[in-house]
Amino acid sequence: MNALSTMMLLPILGTLLLAVIPSDQVLRIKQAALATTLLVAISGVLTWFNFNAADTSFQFVQSVAWIPSFGINYAVGVDGLSLVLILMSVLLAPIVVLAGWKESEGGRWSAKVFYMLILVLETMMIGVFAATDVFLFYVIFEAMLIPVYFLIGGYGTGDRAAAAVKFLLYSLFGGLLMLASIIGLYVISGANGGHTFDINKLSELHNYMSPTTQNLLFLGFFIAFAIKAPLWPLHTWLPDAASSATPGTSVLLLGVLDKVGTFGMIRFCLTLFPDASKTFTPIIITLAVISIIYGAFLAIGATDIKRLIAYTSISHFGFITMGIFAMTTQGHSGATLYMFNHGFSTAALFIVAGWMAARRGSSTIADFGGLQRVTPVMAWSFFIAGMSSLALPGLSSFVSEFLVLVGTFTRYPVAAVIATFGIVLAALYILIPVQKALHGPTTPGNENLPDLNLREKIAIAPVMAIIIVLGFYPSPLLNVINPASAHVLEVQGFTDPTPAEGADK
Amino acid sequence: MTTSTSLAYLIALPLAGAVILLLAGRKADKWGHLLATALSASSFGVGIYQLTQMLAREPEERAFSQKLFSWISVGTFNVDAGLLLDQLSICFVLLITGVGTLIHIYSISYMSHDPDRRRFFAYLNLFIAAMLLLVLGDSYLNLYVGWEGVGLASYLLIGFWNQKPAYATASKKAFVMNRIGDMGLSFAIMIAFATLGTVSFSGVKEASETASTAALTGIGIMLLVAAAGKSAQFPLQAWLGDAMAGPTPVSALIHAATMVTAGVYLITRSNFIFDAAPTAQLLVVIVGAITLTFGALVGTAKDDIKKALAASTMSQIGYMILAAGLGPAGYAFAIMHLLTHGFFKAGMFLGAGSVMHGMNDQVNMRRYGALRKFMPITFATFGLGYLAIIGVPPFAGFYSKDAIIETAFNAGGLKGILLGSTALLGAAITAFYMTRVMVLTFTSPERWEEDQHPHESPFLMWLPMAVLAVGSVTTGYLFTRGDGLVHWLEPVFGEHGEHEEFLPAIVVSGMAITAVIIGVAIALIKYQFSDVDAEAPENVTEFTRIARRDLFQDSFNESIFMRPGQVLTRFFVKVDDSVVDGTVRLVGRTALSAGSELRKTQTGFARSYAALILIGAVVLIAAIWVVTQ
Repeated sequence: MNALSTMMLLPILGTLLLAVIPSDQVLRIKQAALATTLLVAISGVLTWFNFNAADTSFQFVQSVAWIPSFGINYAVGVDGLSLVLILMSVLLAPIVVLAGWKESEGGRWSAKVFYMLILVLETMMIGVFAATDVFLFYVIFEAMLIPVYFLIGGYGTGDRAAAAVKFLLYSLFGGLLMLASIIGLYVISGANGGHTFDINKLSELHNYMSPTTQNLLFLGFFIAFAIKAPLWPLHTWLPDAASSATPGTSVLLLGVLDKVGTFGMIRFCLTLFPDASKTFTPIIITLAVISIIYGAFLAIGATDIKRLIAYTSISHFGFITMGIFAMTTQGHSGATLYMFNHGFSTAALFIVAGWMAARRGSSTIADFGGLQRVTPVMAWSFFIAGMSSLALPGLSSFVSEFLVLVGTFTRYPVAAVIATFGIVLAALYILIPVQKALHGPTTPGNENLPDLNLREKIAIAPVMAIIIVLGFYPSPLLNVINPASAHVLEVQGFTDPTPAEGADK
Repeated sequence: MTTSTSLAYLIALPLAGAVILLLAGRKADKWGHLLATALSASSFGVGIYQLTQMLAREPEERAFSQKLFSWISVGTFNVDAGLLLDQLSICFVLLITGVGTLIHIYSISYMSHDPDRRRFFAYLNLFIAAMLLLVLGDSYLNLYVGWEGVGLASYLLIGFWNQKPAYATASKKAFVMNRIGDMGLSFAIMIAFATLGTVSFSGVKEASETASTAALTGIGIMLLVAAAGKSAQFPLQAWLGDAMAGPTPVSALIHAATMVTAGVYLITRSNFIFDAAPTAQLLVVIVGAITLTFGALVGTAKDDIKKALAASTMSQIGYMILAAGLGPAGYAFAIMHLLTHGFFKAGMFLGAGSVMHGMNDQVNMRRYGALRKFMPITFATFGLGYLAIIGVPPFAGFYSKDAIIETAFNAGGLKGILLGSTALLGAAITAFYMTRVMVLTFTSPERWEEDQHPHESPFLMWLPMAVLAVGSVTTGYLFTRGDGLVHWLEPVFGEHGEHEEFLPAIVVSGMAITAVIIGVAIALIKYQFSDVDAEAPENVTEFTRIARRDLFQDSFNESIFMRPGQVLTRFFVKVDDSVVDGTVRLVGRTALSAGSELRKTQTGFARSYAALILIGAVVLIAAIWVVTQ
């Protein structure tokens, strides 16, 4: 059976398994959910090893007619870009389940429903990256909102209902615009060689579009993705959603679902509308740079640890978007690697912040103090995650962030220079909460907080390992990413700027 | 270039120590410090072995390289994890591991009562590993990893006692100000890649021969920014004084002998860039000259012994930067002063730690006095360091500082006279403030607080002090004998270009010694032969007041960066809430009031939207059907 379809099917089977376990056997439910996600992770790793990096076409392809009368297929396949993101998603899933062992408690519904939602979401996370049929992509893109909506609204904290609605409204708004563009594409495909939703065929269509058509259709996709990513000024749903959701949901939201936005920019915006992409590049680079600086300032000003992490992500997504639209191999590969690395560094931050908040009963930074001496392992975990977030050389994020910066500099030096100021702001937005929460005297309410237990240590250890190992040895990922990035740029007709200096002296 | 397979051990040994100690946790409390010291010493052993390998070869064949693996490779951006050991880096390797090991030994005793001694040693080993990577990396990007790595170790060690809020703030300040410098390094690397197409030392060196002055000037200025951040040079100097919050062995190792001199390494390593970029080179000497004066002036007013020494470090590194900015005539002298300074300043910091150890952690020199009698070994070793730093012949600092002053005068014209005079003036002020430290601490009458029982430090502490004191006495002579160090470094820096002599060397030396005598005399009159207040006097000159406040460096940073930054942050937070999200809420409300029923039940509203997705899909299919008919 097709590797991708198997990976998508496994969580569905897990959901069915959960359905037959009685609701009161909570431990069994958790174990079944964990086993399922582990199984998916293993099959993801196997798929990774079976992938041929040198081949830039889609691999593990499967196509089954779904709605033949409209040319809609269940069609999946991966290239280096989507494979990296799928690997990230399936590795994060078991970590999220194990780290958030008690997250389902205190929800509106049972633990059973919680894990069923998580598993359904996992299927969709794989599918959204694997889909090679634009309609299939759209359906999953929209359908993903449902489990996330219920995960936030049903199991979150604070004003969870309002946050869930805000998330949904934003996403639906973007989704509708994308829908309009998809219809447009479909119509144009009909006039030029037959109706189809196949991404490979649609990528030829831009030759038949007027610039205006291409620009409008591009915007439909781009706005949807800019909301997902999220790009300034379409970001305000994220802090609300991330701070209201359970930590595990937030990890999936920031780490995986938001990546659909930046993934979509490469897969759809660039591939389908190369000319429009060039037209809008200056605007998009500008928005990306604003996101980097703006998100960083908001993170510095944040008083809630979860909101702070959400704002840092806005800054990081600015880097990713900038790298994509810089149209250089370094920027592109850097951006893709950034997506992967950001998944783990944000996961680490959010998971540990979640543990801190659960122990303290508050996520206000000022409520913590002196944790380094009370809960050293938890404090160290937060610190290393923070160092990864500020892109300390030697940790994974540095490689991707520097590639994005250097790749942008060769084409858009001003944007790169402004973005580089973000690294000073990053030092502030990480070290300020580190100082307030971990250093200083142990403040009342923190004296007796328990340190990480064995389960929590097991959950965070692989994340830390990935962050450190990939900092020194990113080649396994870059070897898969590079051909895919080079291919995208080649199709776009871009070559890297050559060094300015020759023998001019 | 000869390939070697053993360079990585230099870094791997202390790195392994850091990892083991941090992961083992409390279990390592009993043996952690011993393991860390042993690993640092082994790294020193590997360094000595490498030196013998180098000495066995011809000067041109003394550079070793080791490629570990391909680190980052995207398109034409290819960076190996590669190491380079040449005549320049071996100087640093031996300084870092040698002084580093001595300070490990000292810390075994100094930190013996601290419950977190194991963690302290883990950080020390981490620092040694990062610093070695900094000087051994074969490209600017590899250097960058070590560069921020030492910044991290410095942050952790300054904040070692971060339960005190002021110490936690000091560590954060150091990290952030260093990051401003790091940004300069990022820019330099980006410009190098964009214009020269490479970021390795050998590649940039080759490309620099044909590159435009504009590109090299850009790279050079950005490297200077980086150096200023790491080496506490004007205008990024403000963090160093606060960094004294760290335990004193840290101040000796990181904030005197090694890490803060990384900027000098960066500039001398990049000699091929600065040689071809006169504007950048001029800025280097200006920064050096300003900082050497700045640090010296601040040093005259400090009552905290560690802060006085920190100001002195800043000033002495100013000398090194000045020398590095003088081109081929100065590079070797910058390194020579760096090495001699490594001995005498580390020795004095350990001496200061020894004094604090005997005086219940008192750091206020106005509360010292007469310690010569109670701490004879500390007095003697500190005294030898003192003679070295003020430049009394034949102690180490005399040779290295005199060479810099001479080279500065020889720069020629008005520039030479200005630089030379600044360096001379700095020497006089150095003699003044260091004599002040010496007198207040050791030879003036006692002004102790009650319940002080000063005593000499134990063997493990005075042994490293004694070794460093020997270095303070001998290294200057050893390095200059037959121009040994200058010739040793020639394969890296190129022919040691001497400028035309502005004044005969003997005259310059005479002037320098005169300057020192004047400085010492004033300090003796003011402090040895007059009464010293145990409290800092209030009715002081305006100059003293300003110097006590570090020439307003913090006020400047606060008003130029910090407060505007805070205002900007508040502004963004407000805009985000009221304007950006406000607009969204307004749109949302308008939409909701259109269907006011939905507004009452938000969950029902959302469920309807879930249904709407379905409807959307139906509409889509319908729409397709319509348009395709």
